Amino acid sequence: MGKLKNFFSTSWGIISVGAFIGMLAPLLQKLGNPGNMGICVACFERDIAGAIGIHRAAVVQYMRPEIIGFVLGALIAAYIFKEFRSRTGSAPVVRFVLGVFAMIGALVFLGCPWRALLRLAAGDGNAIFGLLGLVGGVWIGTLFLKGGYNLGRTEKTHTSVGWLLPLIMLGFLVLMFIFPQIKWDPKSGILFYSLKGPGAMHAPLIISLAAGLAIGFLAQRSRFCTMGAFRDIILFRQAHLFMGLLAFLAFAFATNLLLGQFHPGFAKQPVAHTMTLWNFGGMVMAGLAFALAGGCPGRQLFLAGEGDGDAAVFVVGMISGAAFAHNFGLASSPNGVGPHGIAAVIIGLLVCLFIGFTMRKKIA
Amino acid sequence: MSITVDARGLSCPQPVLMTLNKIKEIQKGEILIKVDTDTSKENVSRAAQSQGWEIADVQENEGGYQLTIKKD
Repeated sequence: MGKLKNFFSTSWGIISVGAFIGMLAPLLQKLGNPGNMGICVACFERDIAGAIGIHRAAVVQYMRPEIIGFVLGALIAAYIFKEFRSRTGSAPVVRFVLGVFAMIGALVFLGCPWRALLRLAAGDGNAIFGLLGLVGGVWIGTLFLKGGYNLGRTEKTHTSVGWLLPLIMLGFLVLMFIFPQIKWDPKSGILFYSLKGPGAMHAPLIISLAAGLAIGFLAQRSRFCTMGAFRDIILFRQAHLFMGLLAFLAFAFATNLLLGQFHPGFAKQPVAHTMTLWNFGGMVMAGLAFALAGGCPGRQLFLAGEGDGDAAVFVVGMISGAAFAHNFGLASSPNGVGPHGIAAVIIGLLVCLFIGFTMRKKIA
Repeated sequence: MSITVDARGLSCPQPVLMTLNKIKEIQKGEILIKVDTDTSKENVSRAAQSQGWEIADVQENEGGYQLTIKKD
């Protein structure tokens, strides 16, 4: 175990994990997932919010097994390598609020950082502005970090605290087996399913789950994080995580080329809009929220899987944020931003700035 | 007495920030860093080495790890 453990924290470790995820995502798209959305943590959590009916946008309802796999794969890795450590207490409510606005920002752009990279790797030029926004948001976050921003220390807690989010995910999986999708029926038992739109597009359950478990396992080992990739370069001039991100992008691009999924352009890209300013602005807000919360949405799932109760709260915040985004008309669609999306970005940025400016308590 | 950085309970990037600040402050010598996750241990080690410091010792204890980094 020792050797393997060291390998994933090396440069080749993070590069190979980035390459693996980069290859797998376009394959999941080929197997049924939506366009340029082989994996999108924000979109898939939004689909889960739809599946349990906390928003009722009919086109985005599906209990995505990838997300379930991410958390459970990380849990398995953490236990095998004796890294499971139940902890919480570092300003959970702040993490919830950051999760809510991170999701809203991501849904104004239409994608998390993973999907921004996948969109770029498939030729969607709009993703460039989303990624620039992400870097901008992370940069603002690093200014706060340099100025002493922190959310305080976690405390070690009952093992079962760290188990809660994995158990919720396991519960979701069980619900999927009890209430499987029925053809042409938007509801199966208590779960909602989409009949059209991105929510109706998915790879076979077992493949999605297996891919999620594998990614969760490897990402826990390697600490793969797309926000951290930019943050560490800006903050410390350290490119370790960034190498993983580049490998992800390069392998996703190559796989898309091989699968005939590379279509360069700006207009009519799948599940995307062309409002440049708000592609940028949504991701500034999301990037800042990720930086203030210490991880991209994927990383938060992996942390939650290894016992981090605060990351779990961020995840719950993101799922709740998806409900706000669709119930309040904040989320974008291929036609452009939602009726209140712009207001939400402005409010979200103000909230993130409030958090950044006021939470600089000296670490005891 | 050696200089100690207690980064237990703090998540990424705080342990690295605290270590780099201390490195900048004392330039050379020995620093004892306390962390509580493997991720922090790896990140702090990587950051210290990138500044030309060597990892002199790593002790595992109940609450996590104690790293000793050195530069002459």
